[in-house]
Amino acid sequence: MSLLIATDVAIERGDRPLLRNISLQIEAGELWQLIGPNGVGKSSLMRALAGLARLGVEGDIRRNAASLYVGHSSALKRALTPVDNLRCHPACDVTVEYEQISAALRSVSLAGYESVPVGSLSAGQQRRVALARLPLSRADLWFLDEPFTALDAAGCDWLERQIAEQLAKGGAVLFTSHQQSQFGAQQQNLDLAQYATR
Amino acid sequence: MPRADLDTLPLGAAFYRQFLRHGKTLMASPADLLNPLLFFFMVITLFPLGLGPDPQRLSQMAPGILWVVALLASLMVSGKLFASDFEDGSLEQLCLAPHPLAILALAEVLAHWLGTGLLLSLVSPVFAVLLGLPAQALPVLVFSLLLGTLCLTLIGAVGSALTVSIRRGGLLLSLIIIPLHVPVLIFGSTAVIEATLGGNPESWLALLGALVLVSVALGPLAIGAALRISLDNG
Repeated sequence: MSLLIATDVAIERGDRPLLRNISLQIEAGELWQLIGPNGVGKSSLMRALAGLARLGVEGDIRRNAASLYVGHSSALKRALTPVDNLRCHPACDVTVEYEQISAALRSVSLAGYESVPVGSLSAGQQRRVALARLPLSRADLWFLDEPFTALDAAGCDWLERQIAEQLAKGGAVLFTSHQQSQFGAQQQNLDLAQYATR
Repeated sequence: MPRADLDTLPLGAAFYRQFLRHGKTLMASPADLLNPLLFFFMVITLFPLGLGPDPQRLSQMAPGILWVVALLASLMVSGKLFASDFEDGSLEQLCLAPHPLAILALAEVLAHWLGTGLLLSLVSPVFAVLLGLPAQALPVLVFSLLLGTLCLTLIGAVGSALTVSIRRGGLLLSLIIIPLHVPVLIFGSTAVIEATLGGNPESWLALLGALVLVSVALGPLAIGAALRISLDNG
């Protein structure tokens, strides 16, 4: 069964139509990248597909799996530690133990920062904390909006490994990025320029 | 392909975690906890200066003064309930959670009330003594404020959820929720007045309790719906 089926989706922002006639079917094990110039509507489409935006979205969007969305906002509380932020994450769907969280933090090279308030971490480190949700989730469908932003080379490598693991487990990933990714022929591109109404 | 090492989070645990998240955030910024109390204290100390130091008159007006100031203090803080969640993206994650948004929002409101309304109710006797409220009315004051602030917080949370995506939505917020605060104010202050006069405040407290039950039952649903609308507009 397809993890996500979108049929004839049209997006408008405010009163201005952005995109139309988008049909997309994501199967298990598939990696999709949304590409297109700034302002074409990559984030808007991603939010619509993830089920975050309903206003200004037309067409039929069906998600047949639990999904996880990481957007531009980190959804981290600056006053809380990375461990508390991950354990009490608002979209958390699983019981995560301290060991699992600290293992996830270790894997993003944040060992030793378990009890430091997130607000005192750097932007890149905060990004890593937000992305440490990925190995702690069991959602099949990942929506990652510009996940490589603010990450260094090691962070990008880590993220690419996470995505590869997710695909190997039979999940699917949809992401936006301005960088050339390392996935090559493994990924499918959806160029939004051809769907733009302008 | 559910991961074997991660168990599904039961609703109760999700509620508790959301409660913990907001509670710990509140504890980390004591200023947010102390602000309403400080506001309460400052306004209460201004009243004798404005009205004159006649103890008789002050103790007559004390129930109304205490209740109005508690209402304003609650208005002040509950309007910002979801503001930081909206800014840092927690709200969109909350909407994607597999659990009902209404329940998770209730956890957050409850944590907020414990840090503001409950605290305010418990210290209110100190302020009441400053105004010369008769000692026999103190338990009724605390009890009515406990019920009342919970109600005010839930109503305020609905307003906050509706206006969170609007810049400078403060005035709109007050317009939406002050009319809904009116019955709470009337029942609460009347209960305290009854107690000062040696009458029976029970029926007023019962009405207040009924309002609490209604707002606990319906408030979260309204908050959930309002949060989704705000997220669409944001």
